[in-house]
Amino acid sequence: MFILGGVVLYFLSGMVDELRVYQGATIAVYVIAISSIILLTGYSGQVSLGHGALMAVGAYAAAVLRIEFNLPIILCFVVAVLAAAIGGALLGAAAARLSGPYLAGTTLALAIGLPSLANQFAVLGGEQGLLFDVGFPPLALGEDFTQYKWFFWIAALAALISMWVVRNLLSSAYGRAWRAGRGNEVAAQLAGINTARSKVLAFTISAGIAGLAGALLAMTIGTVSPSAFPLALSFSLLTGAVLSGITTLGGVIIGAVVLVAIPEIADVVAHRLGSSESVTTNLPGLIVSGLLILTVLFVPNGPVEQHRARKAKHAAQHASSKKDKH
Amino acid sequence: MSLNVSNLTVHHGAICAVNQVSLAVPTGKLAAIIGANGAGKTTLLRALSGLNKPTSGVVNWMGQTITGVKPEKLVRLGISHVSEGKSVIPELTVKENLELGAIWRKNGKEMKESLDQVVTIFPRLGERISQRSDTLSGGERQMLAIGRAIMSKPKLLLLDEPSLGLAPLVVEQIFQTIRDLTTEMRLTVLLVEQNAMGALKIADLGIVLNLGKVVAVNHAQALIEDPAVRAAYLGY
Amino acid sequence: MQLLNTLLIGITAGSIYALMAIAFVLVWRSTRVVNFAQAGMALLSTYFGYEAVSRIGSFWVALPVAMIGGALFAALVELILMRLLVKHASSGPIAGVAPIIATLGLLGVIRSVISMIWGGQDLRIVAPISNNGFTINGSTLVFSPLKLLVLVVVAVLLILLTILFQKTNLGLALRASAHAPEIARLSGVRVDSVRTLGWALAGAAGAVAGLFQTVNGNGNFSPDSIEFSLLLVSGFIAAVIGGLDSLLGAVLGGLFLGITISFVLMYVSSGLFFIAPFIILLIVLFIRPQGIIGVKAGRRA
Repeated sequence: MFILGGVVLYFLSGMVDELRVYQGATIAVYVIAISSIILLTGYSGQVSLGHGALMAVGAYAAAVLRIEFNLPIILCFVVAVLAAAIGGALLGAAAARLSGPYLAGTTLALAIGLPSLANQFAVLGGEQGLLFDVGFPPLALGEDFTQYKWFFWIAALAALISMWVVRNLLSSAYGRAWRAGRGNEVAAQLAGINTARSKVLAFTISAGIAGLAGALLAMTIGTVSPSAFPLALSFSLLTGAVLSGITTLGGVIIGAVVLVAIPEIADVVAHRLGSSESVTTNLPGLIVSGLLILTVLFVPNGPVEQHRARKAKHAAQHASSKKDKH
Repeated sequence: MSLNVSNLTVHHGAICAVNQVSLAVPTGKLAAIIGANGAGKTTLLRALSGLNKPTSGVVNWMGQTITGVKPEKLVRLGISHVSEGKSVIPELTVKENLELGAIWRKNGKEMKESLDQVVTIFPRLGERISQRSDTLSGGERQMLAIGRAIMSKPKLLLLDEPSLGLAPLVVEQIFQTIRDLTTEMRLTVLLVEQNAMGALKIADLGIVLNLGKVVAVNHAQALIEDPAVRAAYLGY
Repeated sequence: MQLLNTLLIGITAGSIYALMAIAFVLVWRSTRVVNFAQAGMALLSTYFGYEAVSRIGSFWVALPVAMIGGALFAALVELILMRLLVKHASSGPIAGVAPIIATLGLLGVIRSVISMIWGGQDLRIVAPISNNGFTINGSTLVFSPLKLLVLVVVAVLLILLTILFQKTNLGLALRASAHAPEIARLSGVRVDSVRTLGWALAGAAGAVAGLFQTVNGNGNFSPDSIEFSLLLVSGFIAAVIGGLDSLLGAVLGGLFLGITISFVLMYVSSGLFFIAPFIILLIVLFIRPQGIIGVKAGRRA
């Protein structure tokens, strides 16, 4: 299925214009980042507002290696994953002792604090940040193979791989342990699950995936700077995950597309209404936050799960009415 | 009859905890509800005081239908519920716990009078009036919980397992107090008890609940003498 | 002298954090929710105060206006958002995280709406009295009449709040509802209304924190002010240090945090401004996970 998806994406990328290709790359990045949140929050029940910061860790790790040692790009991504995973393991060790709002608040403090560290070390380039250049597409792909298309390819491939990994993880024994711990920690412990270790593991893996997303995001922007990883990014990811249906991986593309589409939609709406500049620039933020609240209140399990539940109910009704006729 | 319950049904999710229960308690009488664990005694009491919403049925109190009315309103109609497990607030002092019972009356003088009354009934509480209530013994806490209910000047008192976890001597004392209060203050009392013998001894009326249904209603003394009830609930 | 300076700066900042922490604690006690929109609400109240200052010209009018505005807005949030949340999202796999997500969403909504109404640029509230330091024996302290004022106002508010909680029936209702809502209801307390009141009080406390955080800084504020992110994090951390359930703990937590940060910035490195609260929080959580004024249950929610 994943291979089929890849083939479809390959043909699609040849047919649309450059802006769409660029947005496609961004969607792929969001798919990766959102799946890391779904793994952490939806399955393991931990809320992190620090994933923007963990993405920054991955991005900085990749950029520093690229600049200082000129490592091959693939290795840079691997290191991004490892660096963020190490950060995630440290944070996860603290997180395993915390729950609910305590964890959310702690990661919030990290998200606000960490980017400022970039100004403390010269190697991180301060406010301007660092350049991150993955190089030109290989000549073998042809003359008219653009830079953005290259970004898209890399991001889409990374997205497919990480989706595959996450899906297998979630349906493995680890995934079951996470869900058990989310539902009832004490019961899970009594069933022989080491919930603390299971939570740290979830945090580590999730952070690693976020690190990959961070490095890819830096690739599409071309630089790594504190302003590329604001607190708002963590909020957006959470919104994306909630919109996708935070307890299933199936809807992850929905959240990613919505996140990329919202600024465009907001732009159109604002222009139609002839709104002032301050409204236009803040409409996307309002829509994202508003959607976050509405989804939690009215579609808490996300559109995919909601649809499935409705279908199941429908089928059950159908079956019972059939039985009545007999 | 001051309390009339007809065909009351209460669900816990999909489980039917109280099933078509009907009962009546005359004014000034003490009715004991006995039954095994999980018979629905506590759920029944919680439905009467508004903590649980009944699925169907009617509760009538002094000619007024009170089905599904919120507990904070029922207190104002003279219904006081002492919930299971020494329902006092450990973070508050003894005095504050008692004052809480009269908080809706908003009248300083009445509150003072009620406070004096409760201290007369339970002198032990008077001695410990400014202590935090988590320093009290189990028996004292049960006195405090009942004292708090008395503070609201109830006409109907709903008591859930007041003997739970107390030493036999203390249990006897608490039961005697409940009997005295019923008589002196002309209270109507519904007493849910696991300690069937103790409860029936002080009660006027006995109601036996099994799997959410009323299986026997009779004078308390008659129930004590009933061989079937003795075998099932009194243990001899 | 430097030691005294550092201490006084820490106490002033800490008293503002304490107010914010009190807001967190009041909300936590009434609805068992950590309100991550608290700083957004404080920011909104600061804009209310700004409108009052620019119309009437007096900080002393702005303060009560901001408090009342903040209280009303917070009450509205409890009445609408929190009750919907209880109705729709109190069960299911994400029930545990739903309040966190909802208040974060609210934070975003508040910030966007503020930016739409007032724009993203810096606005300014001028302090009612001088922020130039007192001079003792010829040397000038950083401690100023304004900082003294902040301390006095915070102290007065704390005393009023203590009287409310310890000496009045309303305070008894607030405490009973926080510790044992069911017993409170059985005693005739309208717990739902008490919850709304708890949020309103928190809104008012947050409003004062917002105004003072602004004038104790350079007087400028905007929807993106880092001052307010800091207020959010510091207030939360102070509340956690204090055990999240205790008003006294919130005050002690705020002062502890303010003084500690002040000393770290002075004697370790001023570059740790944003990361210091996080490190302090981690240390506190590892050493004393139950807070200064400990609750037994640990960090569950």
